[in-house]
Amino acid sequence: MLKTITCIRCPKGCLVTLDTDNPEGTIKGFSCPNGREYAINELTHPMRTISSTVEIRGGIHPRIPVKTNGDIPKEKIFEVMEEINKISVTSPVKCGDVLLHDVLGTGIDIVACRDM
Amino acid sequence: MYYDLVVVGGGPAGLAAAEEAKKNGAGSVLIIERDKELGGILNQCIHSGFGLHVFKEQLSGPEYAQRFIDRLDGTGIEVMTDTMVLAITPQKEVYAINEEKGYMKIDAGAIVLAMGCRERTRGAIAIPGERPSGIFTAGTAQRYINMEGYMVGKKVLILGSGDIGLIMARRMTLEGAEVKAVVELMPYSNGLKRNIAQCLDDYGIPLYLSHTVTDIIGENGRLSKVIVSKVNGYDPIPGTEIEFDVDTLLLSVGLVPENELTRNAGIEIDKRTNGAVVDENNMTSVEGIFSCGNVLHVHDLVDFVTHESERAGKAAAEYLKAKAEHREESAEKPINLINGEFIGYTVPQKVTVSKVDKFIEVLFRVRAVLNNVNVVVKAGDTVLMSKAHEQMLPAEMEKLIIPKKMLEMANGKDITIGIEKIEKEGE
Repeated sequence: MLKTITCIRCPKGCLVTLDTDNPEGTIKGFSCPNGREYAINELTHPMRTISSTVEIRGGIHPRIPVKTNGDIPKEKIFEVMEEINKISVTSPVKCGDVLLHDVLGTGIDIVACRDM
Repeated sequence: MYYDLVVVGGGPAGLAAAEEAKKNGAGSVLIIERDKELGGILNQCIHSGFGLHVFKEQLSGPEYAQRFIDRLDGTGIEVMTDTMVLAITPQKEVYAINEEKGYMKIDAGAIVLAMGCRERTRGAIAIPGERPSGIFTAGTAQRYINMEGYMVGKKVLILGSGDIGLIMARRMTLEGAEVKAVVELMPYSNGLKRNIAQCLDDYGIPLYLSHTVTDIIGENGRLSKVIVSKVNGYDPIPGTEIEFDVDTLLLSVGLVPENELTRNAGIEIDKRTNGAVVDENNMTSVEGIFSCGNVLHVHDLVDFVTHESERAGKAAAEYLKAKAEHREESAEKPINLINGEFIGYTVPQKVTVSKVDKFIEVLFRVRAVLNNVNVVVKAGDTVLMSKAHEQMLPAEMEKLIIPKKMLEMANGKDITIGIEKIEKEGE
């Protein structure tokens, strides 16, 4: 089956088309290796990064932004959100500090996105 | 109080302009920011996707801001937060106020305007209906949720498919809200394609193109229903109404550069961009006052804001240097960049050819979805350059490099940038 996938790896948003029966052989429309890799992965195991916020005490704001420091399986997005929502930290926090190690055994950490 | 350079606004544009000005020899540099911290709108843009051009990696908004804030350390650049600029004058006086110092008059050698933009509101697009609570501009909702920790609603409709609307559709979904739809007046989305994919398609949120909000109904003071109709052009079609039971409506219906200070300083404004008219070095119609970032024209990517603002900062430093050395300004009259067919606007609007180093960078937007066209640069009837494009979208800012050689070929004539359709053989 012919599929069209919008690459999300950069703002260009290439439309990559490929046949699900022979993705490697039919893929076209990408303009860099990232697009090729993204579209092929998207067929078998789609991955995403997510951003959210967690509670912080003693900071300039009541929430501090966080993100996954790598891709997590797309189907785990809402489970990871639940884990993120359990986090609570106290100021000071530095940008890049790991706030939760290896979320749900994915090998990915939840890190702070700014100093606060 | 005197500073060689005063930068109004401490978001990505102001930070990049101040840093680059200092690097290029500007003496005392002051950034004035009205919020309680630097970073501007980046602080609430917690999603990833910033920095691919500038840092060669995907960063979240706060991370992108943090890198610039960290780099201020040791530069000697001064910062005043919680400070509101009330007025600037063509003599480069800056009037500002804050709690600590009260009312201040600051004399500046040069000024960079980097105030960013504001969101269009319900009033600006005249949505009919009742006026219950639960109606927010998308950016305001973003600030409430991402910085202040307030959830704005549970069942949501979003009007406008610009990037902020799309990003908020995903954000509200992740926080447990049900986003019923994104509604767009135009027959195409104004957001990046990747945001349609990762913010709507990933979560099964429908996008209604050529639709708009035609009625708003409240119950006990809170929004309860939004009526959406299909449009023919801009006119709603009777009988096509769809009812959405929602408690929240987010408006992502455009941004307006915040140029009150600019206008009051008597600086010439371009009606198309709602920003200042600038030359190739981002200098406005008032000598020594520069403009960059979203206050000049609305950008798609912060990376482009940084790039443009670095140029403005460098130019401000060069201007200060020239003034200190009492160098004579050339009397050469700038040429105009005229918008041809399908061109919405260009920045810069003017070019002084002798001052151009090797090339100029022209940023522009087209006014319609265009397929298989040439961007044609002309001086009178002479074609200077032509570049083919498979597709051009109003939602995507385009960049055109015009070498100095080409500008010289115009011989002092104004230059027109236009679009011509490519006629295919056999058609």
